[in-house]
Amino acid sequence: MSSPATLEVREVSAGYGAVPVLRGVTITAQAGTITAVLGANGAGKTTLLRVIDGSLKPSQGQIWLDGANLAGRRPEDVSRAGVAHVPEGQGVITELTVAENLQLGLLLRPRSERAAALADIYNRFSVLADRRFKAAGTLSGGERQMLVIARALATNPRVLLLDEPSLGLAPKIVLDVLDLIGRLKAETGLTIILVEQNARSALAIADLGVVLNLGGVVATAPAGQLAADEALRRHYLGF
Amino acid sequence: MVEFLEFTLQGISAGLIYAAIALSLVLIWRGTRVLNYSQGAMAMLTSFVALEIEYRTGNYWFAFVGALLSGLVVGGVTERLVTRQVTNKPPLNAVIVTIGLLIGIEGLAGVLFGGNNRSFPTPFSPNGLSIGSVALGITRNDIFIAVAVLIAAGLLAVVFQYTSIGLQLRATAFNTPVARLLGVRVGGMLTLGWALAGLLGALAGMLVSPSTLLSPNSMDTIFVLGFTAAVIGGLESPGGAIVGGLILGIVLSYAGGYLGSEVVNLFGLAALLLVLMLRPTGLFSSAPARRV
Repeated sequence: MSSPATLEVREVSAGYGAVPVLRGVTITAQAGTITAVLGANGAGKTTLLRVIDGSLKPSQGQIWLDGANLAGRRPEDVSRAGVAHVPEGQGVITELTVAENLQLGLLLRPRSERAAALADIYNRFSVLADRRFKAAGTLSGGERQMLVIARALATNPRVLLLDEPSLGLAPKIVLDVLDLIGRLKAETGLTIILVEQNARSALAIADLGVVLNLGGVVATAPAGQLAADEALRRHYLGF
Repeated sequence: MVEFLEFTLQGISAGLIYAAIALSLVLIWRGTRVLNYSQGAMAMLTSFVALEIEYRTGNYWFAFVGALLSGLVVGGVTERLVTRQVTNKPPLNAVIVTIGLLIGIEGLAGVLFGGNNRSFPTPFSPNGLSIGSVALGITRNDIFIAVAVLIAAGLLAVVFQYTSIGLQLRATAFNTPVARLLGVRVGGMLTLGWALAGLLGALAGMLVSPSTLLSPNSMDTIFVLGFTAAVIGGLESPGGAIVGGLILGIVLSYAGGYLGSEVVNLFGLAALLLVLMLRPTGLFSSAPARRV
């Protein structure tokens, strides 16, 4: 696995046409930590990830990955710089097999590393090994989530962006997915930015919590501290 | 029986040419959701390039390779300079642009090469083959057509299925945003898709021009039949393009052979309407799923 990196979002503003969505957002995701980005629908969480991954150009601000400014780069270049994004709704390429989805992720690695990396992925995600030749569209929701996380790991990222990985999953599977994310951080030291509506569960595995509201940051604190702040939780996070 | 065999073999030969055009249309549709109305015109242009090479060198195979290479270039340049500008715009923009390309390319060919029909060389004898005293109704050139299209389709299938470039082309076609997020150079893949479609169109042009004669408009009917074959097979299905071409070729061959050449275009239109009414996604494309 690549060395983890610190990702800094500095004073980023962005929107869609004339509609501003993010206003001067500043977040620092320290190397090897999980930063949970929380907030209600429409707060700008997904937009933030789209700005980081290059899909959306910010109107102002910078994105720094260990000294390199990513702002304005194309998504394929941001991916090659070491930022892997698992988008909301999974992004499984259903027409390809499980193995082909993983091979796509491995293309960013040197050819000599791919076989060993694939074997490692099948070891970590045995359910994918069992279904490697099946069309990805035949997988269950939880299996698809495993596949897209595995595919993102296959790219050998330094930063992993996860957008609502629990969306649409059964509660038991949600626990499995969040547990996997926690183990990934512990085992690989990956820097993870986790966007979640399930704030309670996200804060349980995160190191830092950032709360967005109407495109701006309203709170940044260690996850435990945020989880203990009853007034903030009730006002912005709904629990 | 001999007549039936003759019409069947002729239909297969013609059908594979329609299949080559259909395959080029499917390649572009799957990758960009653009229906390239200028595909026939591009094939015509590369055939004229081949004719010029053949005139100057006296060698058919130099001309053949020249046509294929110019098909790659014409397809790639068209994507880079023209159709990329209308990607992610309303669909009608792409329709207008590719029809504009059709008119422009045919006009350019008229200026450069003249409007008269020109004969086109064949690499093999146009004499019919026979087994003993039984005439088969096909020529060595018909066999060349079949072999060339099947090799091209086979090579494409191998590239798409077994190479990393093919995987990236498929990923770009199936889910462009996700492909980008995985580091796929989507722009390059789109250009490559159009270039390969240009190569297939050039191949179709080389194979059909000996029988249609070559002029700026000579590929218009072939394009319509290739489009019909793509619709029959399903615009999403490369295999369907081949089968659609064969079905159309054989049906039209029977119609022309038993009923007269006047009804061939009518049968082609009827085939298109029938498929659109009964199975609009084509024989080999799956119907879109709907959440209930």
